Amino acid sequence: MNHELVNPVPIKHKFFTPGVIALVIIALNGLVFLMGRFFFGLGAVTNLNNQYPWGLWIGVDVAAGVALAAGGFTTAALGHVMHREEYHAIVRPALLTAMLGYTFVAMGVFVDIGRWYFIWHPLVMWNGNSALFEVGICVMIYMSVLYIEFLPIVTERFIGKVNLPGFLSSLNKLVDKILRLLDRGLSKTMFVFIIAGVVLSTLHQSSLGTLMVIAGPKMHPLWQTPVLPLLFLLSAISVGLPMVIFESLIASRSLKLKPEMHILSRLGSMIAPILGIYLAFKIGDMFIRETFVYLGEFNTASVMFTIEILFGVVIPLRMFLSPKVLKSPPLLFTASALVVFGVLLNRINNFVVAYTPPYSTESYFPSFGEISVTVGFAAMLVLAYRFIVLNFPVISLPGKHTAQPTKYSIRGVEK
Amino acid sequence: MSGKSRRDFLKKSALIGAGVAGFSTTTSKAAPKNILSEDRMGVLVDTTACVGCRNCEWACKDAHGLPAGNLESYEDRKILETKRRPDHTALTVVNEYPHGKNSNLPIDLKVQCMHCDHPACVSACIVGAFSKQENGSVIWDTDMCIGCRYCMAACPFQIPAFEYDKALNPLIMKCDFCFERTKEGKLPACVSICPVEALTYGPRTELIKIARSRIKRNPARYVDHIFGEYEVGGTSWMYLASKDFKELDFPNLGKNPAPGVSESIQHGIFAYFVPPVSLYALLGGIMWITKRRKELEEEGKI
Ligand code: SF4
Ligand code: SF4
Ligand code: SF4
Repeated sequence: MNHELVNPVPIKHKFFTPGVIALVIIALNGLVFLMGRFFFGLGAVTNLNNQYPWGLWIGVDVAAGVALAAGGFTTAALGHVMHREEYHAIVRPALLTAMLGYTFVAMGVFVDIGRWYFIWHPLVMWNGNSALFEVGICVMIYMSVLYIEFLPIVTERFIGKVNLPGFLSSLNKLVDKILRLLDRGLSKTMFVFIIAGVVLSTLHQSSLGTLMVIAGPKMHPLWQTPVLPLLFLLSAISVGLPMVIFESLIASRSLKLKPEMHILSRLGSMIAPILGIYLAFKIGDMFIRETFVYLGEFNTASVMFTIEILFGVVIPLRMFLSPKVLKSPPLLFTASALVVFGVLLNRINNFVVAYTPPYSTESYFPSFGEISVTVGFAAMLVLAYRFIVLNFPVISLPGKHTAQPTKYSIRGVEK
Repeated sequence: MSGKSRRDFLKKSALIGAGVAGFSTTTSKAAPKNILSEDRMGVLVDTTACVGCRNCEWACKDAHGLPAGNLESYEDRKILETKRRPDHTALTVVNEYPHGKNSNLPIDLKVQCMHCDHPACVSACIVGAFSKQENGSVIWDTDMCIGCRYCMAACPFQIPAFEYDKALNPLIMKCDFCFERTKEGKLPACVSICPVEALTYGPRTELIKIARSRIKRNPARYVDHIFGEYEVGGTSWMYLASKDFKELDFPNLGKNPAPGVSESIQHGIFAYFVPPVSLYALLGGIMWITKRRKELEEEGKI
């Protein structure tokens, strides 16, 4: 790996700010309802019932969570597989988001399934016909891959700096040695994991789309289509880079860093074509299945579909085509946020709005508890992200790109 | 990359490929049981005969260890004024609809799992807890279930119910076609208690013949449709009625098995793991080429 262009360092900034304290409160509120779920059952906290077995947690925490963590594999493909080193500076932050994103997806699954203590069952009980099995297995393997991909950041942080407290300090040398060994092994084999990560992502991003195909007529025809897996994959790819831009701009504002506009604008210029392909398939599918007739009706489904396409795809697509948008941080942020919003809404639409059970007596709307848990998880994710970038070398400081990679020479990375 | 590490690279990629391929042979065997035996059993529900006594509801609860109350309390017909669905307290329920053709009597309709021949629940279940048995029943292994509720999302008849109120060991619940009773040669509880000829238990092929002849003998009484003969690829429980099934709240389903499309997509993506492995190889190739080009560039050879 070539490190000349990047110099990631732990950012120096205090952890607590008023915003962070607000996040802590939101997270604690979520935890309270989570306890309710574990002590009194799903029915006590959620509005789920036999008509609506899946709700906000599956739609947002799991499905949207997986999609919004797509920045990890898209940047890995761009930076490592296509070997565009100019983008290496964003690979680490994207990797961190993906790692945390998938961790929270796993937590979302854990709290949603009724028998959480059997979460390991799919590892030993296989059903190759089940799309959910495929998603579950791929997500588990991919999460491990992400942790492995993140390991070098940990070794880099501690090599030469191992300083165990008290009597453990006699182990300092040994731990350092192990870390170096690990680091050397990892840097030689990392490409295996990077490619595996991209393959696994393509697989489960699309299988997530297969999930609802089996629901057949229970799903509104605006969304139910046999090409759902392709649409899910395309939308995941198209939200990857916007998500990276989105979080990078938030992080630089919150940590008082200069936004890396030269990289972000270049990334931004790649988004329009991808969004265009996604839009083409989405519209094409609509015309082939002639589902546009449902847009003539005025109901929740047609309104949600229109919002999803218009604000989530068409408007940002137009924005990303404009050079002015690509150069301006606020406009670039708006365009990226719209894509993120669009994909989030698409997943909610697919898993919640489109689901119309044949015998429904009432419609589903998430309870306060469900929303609290979802928002709480999001807050915890942001807090974890903040903690890690303040303590580990994840974000590259702008303006230091030419810095000599001195510290890498001691790490025994390939010469 | 030196010559040696390039060889390493290829070797490692090949290893991963082989590993993934090995994984595939086991998965293809791991699909849950879906036996379609020639003489699988079924039940023909003749809704024109059902009197709505709800004895079957009581017998079902009684046979499955659910609180059933006493049989007399089921005589109260008030409950028929609201439409109910099977849930974890009642695996079958009877609903009432306005009369059909050639009769002034209301239509009573027993609802339970249809025991599909190509069940969506079997295909969907993440751990393969569901299975279609030789005798036609679709049952599930409670000890395997993780409570993900995907079977509920998949079932076209909205049948599996879940115990949302239990914090520990919540169960998926639905009609199991009295699997334990029929194993011992007994009739399903509902069939054995039914005071009229509303429920006929027998081999599915026979039931279709009986249903046909009933329609033929009495065309004024029935609509010419055996619900479940072809719906979603056929079901073990089938219905006769004096009214269009749509008016009796039956979902409008095609003849294709519910899991058909999703399984072919799933197997297309995974066809013996060829697509993922090829993708792996392709990405590996691109990675190697781009890296190589970079190196050559740096060495000034391009
Ligand atoms: S009716 Fe539903 S639960 Fe019953 S076998 Fe068919 S798919 Fe499974
Ligand atoms: S809830 Fe249980 S039975 Fe239903 S799909 Fe999930 S694991 Fe299978
Ligand atoms: S026991 Fe027979 S007649 Fe009575 S409600 Fe059930 S199916 Fe109808």
